[in-house]
Amino acid sequence: MKYAGLLVLPAGFFLSIAAVVLYTAPGPRAAFVLCGLAVEGLGLVVAVRGHMEARGEDN
Amino acid sequence: MNPVLTPIAPATAFPAITEAAFALCLVLLLLAPLAIAGVALINTGLGRSRSAAQALLGNLAIVAVAAIMFAIIGATFTGLGGAGHTFHLAGKPWNWLGEGPWLLGGLGSWTAQAQLALVFEFLAVALAALVPWGSGADRLRLTAGCGVAAVLAAIVFPLVAHWVWAGGWLAQLGVNFSLGAGFLDPGGAACIQVLGGLSALAVVWIAGSRKGKFPKEGFSTALPGHNAVYILFGCLLALVGWLAFNVAGATLWLHAPFSALAGTALGTLLAAAGALAATFTVTRIRFGKPDASLCANGWLAGLVASNGCAALVTPIQALFIGIIAGIATPLLVEVLELAVSVDDPSGAISVHATGGLLGLVAAGIFAPQAGQLVAQLVGIATLLGFILPLVYLLFWVLNRFIPFRVDSDGERIGMDLHELGGGAYPEFVIHRDESYR
Repeated sequence: MKYAGLLVLPAGFFLSIAAVVLYTAPGPRAAFVLCGLAVEGLGLVVAVRGHMEARGEDN
Repeated sequence: MNPVLTPIAPATAFPAITEAAFALCLVLLLLAPLAIAGVALINTGLGRSRSAAQALLGNLAIVAVAAIMFAIIGATFTGLGGAGHTFHLAGKPWNWLGEGPWLLGGLGSWTAQAQLALVFEFLAVALAALVPWGSGADRLRLTAGCGVAAVLAAIVFPLVAHWVWAGGWLAQLGVNFSLGAGFLDPGGAACIQVLGGLSALAVVWIAGSRKGKFPKEGFSTALPGHNAVYILFGCLLALVGWLAFNVAGATLWLHAPFSALAGTALGTLLAAAGALAATFTVTRIRFGKPDASLCANGWLAGLVASNGCAALVTPIQALFIGIIAGIATPLLVEVLELAVSVDDPSGAISVHATGGLLGLVAAGIFAPQAGQLVAQLVGIATLLGFILPLVYLLFWVLNRFIPFRVDSDGERIGMDLHELGGGAYPEFVIHRDESYR
């Protein structure tokens, strides 16, 4: 699950880059950059959940 | 407002600076290693007494390895003394990798500004490489810490530094896409702090938690730092270093006039002061008494946030940003430990990654130019969405060759005895750890 989360992170990055390239109007551009960050946040949450599942294995 | 928000020139355009500005920058850069000393003391103090010598030796070794690897490989790809590699997308150039002379060749013929920028980057990469070492305290092997520093100095830091400081695609967002002045990071909030903090997260994920920290049942075990004096004195040293980084950064990367530098210095101090006051208050309300190590984390988070914004906002705005960092830091430390099971002894992820991100966002929010906030958000998206997975991948591969984590016996007897054969405090009685019962 951690790896799945880490794979989602670049998707958010490319979404942000696509927003900068494809949109010239400030509103849609900012909105899509924020969407990219939201996708990254989702990826981080999934990665963190994957890390939490391993809790106690180091003990 | 500091009058520096103009589009940054493309790569290789390092304008000539006056002799006075050169002298000022040089003096500041000679003070900047105090930031490294401060972080080294904080890393050591927040670890356990039976690993103190290994921790401090590790700090020294990491600085050495980072400097050597950056001189041999990394400095070439930051592109300070040369051009860069560019591809074209949507009719715009994307400068993604620098290319300079190998082994610092021809350094004497570089412009004075490019030479100072190189010194800045040497100190920056050393500081960035120290951050994950604190998070891996008490279980990260010395060779692994050096390996992490080598990877950061040779591969990751040069990429980010080129994109941000040497006319790379993030710096050119303003020129190419009318996003304010492009991504701005005058003090190293992205290149040093967020990079270091995300590396710390990757190290903690790979190395795992300390033995006994997170039992399968119940709450996490408190493993407090062993020396509050180291931690708090480290904070004072760090202030000097951070002042140097922020003021030198404003001169080098933003070409700020002398009239803007006092505001930058005051902003740095006020951000730290506001953060400490906020953390002091939060921990006093939360625990009944202020917590020394969390207050140190708050102070440092204020300094880290100032890296991103002190040169771009007024001192009072910096104070406000520091207060937010000071409120957020102790809460984040608690969330990471209690809710997310991340064992981060130095609090580097909360302090450096989150504090740095806060400073970068604040720089966009308070900027007068349209599009600056979006430029800052694109930079943040790059750090989280590209650099974090890259760092994790590189560290995961490194861990296959140089195992990060010490064996269980080494963790039991302490890193000092296991790795160095002697402790930092040979006259102390080392108490048995209750968590091993």
